[in-house]
Amino acid sequence: MTAARSETEALRPPLADTPARRAILAGLKRRPRIRGALIALAAIVLVVLLLPLLASQDPYDLASFSVMDSRLPPGSESMDGMTFWLGTDSQGRDMLSAILYGMRISLLVGLASTALSLAIGVTVGVVAAVLGGRVEALLMRLVDFILGFPTILVALVMLAVIGRGVDKVIIAIVVVQWANYARIMRSAALGERAKEYVEAAYNLAYPQRRVMFRHIMPNSLNAVLVIATVHVASAITLEATLSFLGVGVPVTQPSLGLLVASGFDYLMSGDYWISFYPGIALLALIFSLNFVGDRLRTALDPKRA
Amino acid sequence: MTLYAFQRLLQSIAVLFAVSVAVFLAVYAIGNPADLLISPDATQLERQELIARLGLDQPIWTQYATFLWNGLHGDMGTSFVHGEPALRLILTRLPATFELVTLSLLVASLVGIPIGLWVGLNDGSRLSAAVMTGSIFGYSIPSFWKGLVLILVFAVWLRLLPASGRGDTIAVLGIPFSFLTLDGWRHLAMPVLNLSIPNIALMIRLTAAGAAEARNQDYVKFARAKGVGSRRIVRRHILRNILSPIVTILGMEFGSLLAFSTITETVFAWPGMGKLLITSIYQLDRPVIVSYVMLVTFIFVMINLLVDFAYAALDPRVKLAERLS
Repeated sequence: MTAARSETEALRPPLADTPARRAILAGLKRRPRIRGALIALAAIVLVVLLLPLLASQDPYDLASFSVMDSRLPPGSESMDGMTFWLGTDSQGRDMLSAILYGMRISLLVGLASTALSLAIGVTVGVVAAVLGGRVEALLMRLVDFILGFPTILVALVMLAVIGRGVDKVIIAIVVVQWANYARIMRSAALGERAKEYVEAAYNLAYPQRRVMFRHIMPNSLNAVLVIATVHVASAITLEATLSFLGVGVPVTQPSLGLLVASGFDYLMSGDYWISFYPGIALLALIFSLNFVGDRLRTALDPKRA
Repeated sequence: MTLYAFQRLLQSIAVLFAVSVAVFLAVYAIGNPADLLISPDATQLERQELIARLGLDQPIWTQYATFLWNGLHGDMGTSFVHGEPALRLILTRLPATFELVTLSLLVASLVGIPIGLWVGLNDGSRLSAAVMTGSIFGYSIPSFWKGLVLILVFAVWLRLLPASGRGDTIAVLGIPFSFLTLDGWRHLAMPVLNLSIPNIALMIRLTAAGAAEARNQDYVKFARAKGVGSRRIVRRHILRNILSPIVTILGMEFGSLLAFSTITETVFAWPGMGKLLITSIYQLDRPVIVSYVMLVTFIFVMINLLVDFAYAALDPRVKLAERLS
């Protein structure tokens, strides 16, 4: 395996094998816990994307459940003999199926908003670092301005103006999150810009754009990618929170935040499962993402290496 | 120093100005402002009158100038729902939110900093690793769901604490506060706990990272060689040196908790300004939303300003002029 790898490595441009990337791989080998966390994370993503196929009913098809089964405790059986492992909500919907669908939306929002903010933030960061001068000053003031506000406030007010919807929630999250990546990316790119290979690329008279996106950008990505794991988690939290508050995903679509909210009214009478289990699913998702993010950060911390 | 203070002040004013433009565009320029600003219950005649009075027939920059002028005079419009000036409505809810946020930060510092110090000084031990993992858990729990679980456990199952409201209050200078009565404390317990848990986790992580780094520094080794007691080293040398980032974060957290308390206030029906914001969003009470955003921005900007000055006062190494760039 090592022979084959060194051969392909020789063919690759040097940017694929930066010291920082090697540190990630070495870190992964040295710390089995990170590997475990990554495997757990991949498993969660896979399971979350596939599990709705196994759900016993489509919780958003009104014909597939009946009000006769409403608010049954976990483990009860439905009129036609199906078991509700996590109980039902006030409309007779199977909680387990609803949670599986909700987790898929959570993950979708988390991944989509992070991918979009990464694309914008990375571009802005590299452009600011390379061009410098007024462009940099202007872009970075904008970044400071956005990061100067609590995320939840900006998202809340934006959604209050533009209305509800999965796409709108993603837009609101992107508006606040791209600035984080831009700031980190700029400082990483500033460091890279001073290195010899960039000077070499300029001396070869490569166009500005090529140096920016083919040389500097791939080499500055590591720091941003580590943060991205944690940001998927915070995007998921934000979506659930906004939906819980009633400004996020519309009620016709599955969301863990909405499920928790719909159980709030029945909490006082002791029907805990409608609010409780969706939160557990949410927590499992967020915790595993944060855990992997934390481990990656520790593994890549130059002070510890 | 004076130059720096002046420049920072100008920056803050620029931020407030930019926010006012953004808010103005969001509320006045998107959609039909007449629909947004005039109560749907108004008759056709009242509508005509209000459009003329609000100057909606004027060009947009004139409208912005009016908006800004009125805003500077403390007039942010009148709430459709309550019929009161929006700003006054929010200001009457402000003390309840301040009480919640201040107590939460107090709890977070009193619990988080000592634990963080211990973890940082015992870096590598099994218990400290467990505390660090626990802290990830602490900030991973979604705030709204944690609140519901607290209600479920303490109000529904154990019947120990009330699930909503402020309880008995005592007025100080005409402003009611809950923390002066026993019943008020029973109502405060869960919201404060809910709001402080992520910040306890944050304080632990911040203090631990700082302490772990500081304990290997030369000045600590030197103090130890000099024969300074270990308690004194922790208090006078380590804590003192890691305090400035902690104060910075505490200050910034105060601002974001003001906004974040929205969730906790909604769950526990705490009559603060965050709950007012959510209700206003439901009821499309635009003047209240606008006033809330401007007020929270103002507080946020002021806190950032104060934090920068406190930073300089706490850490003499920081030369303010250097931070200008």
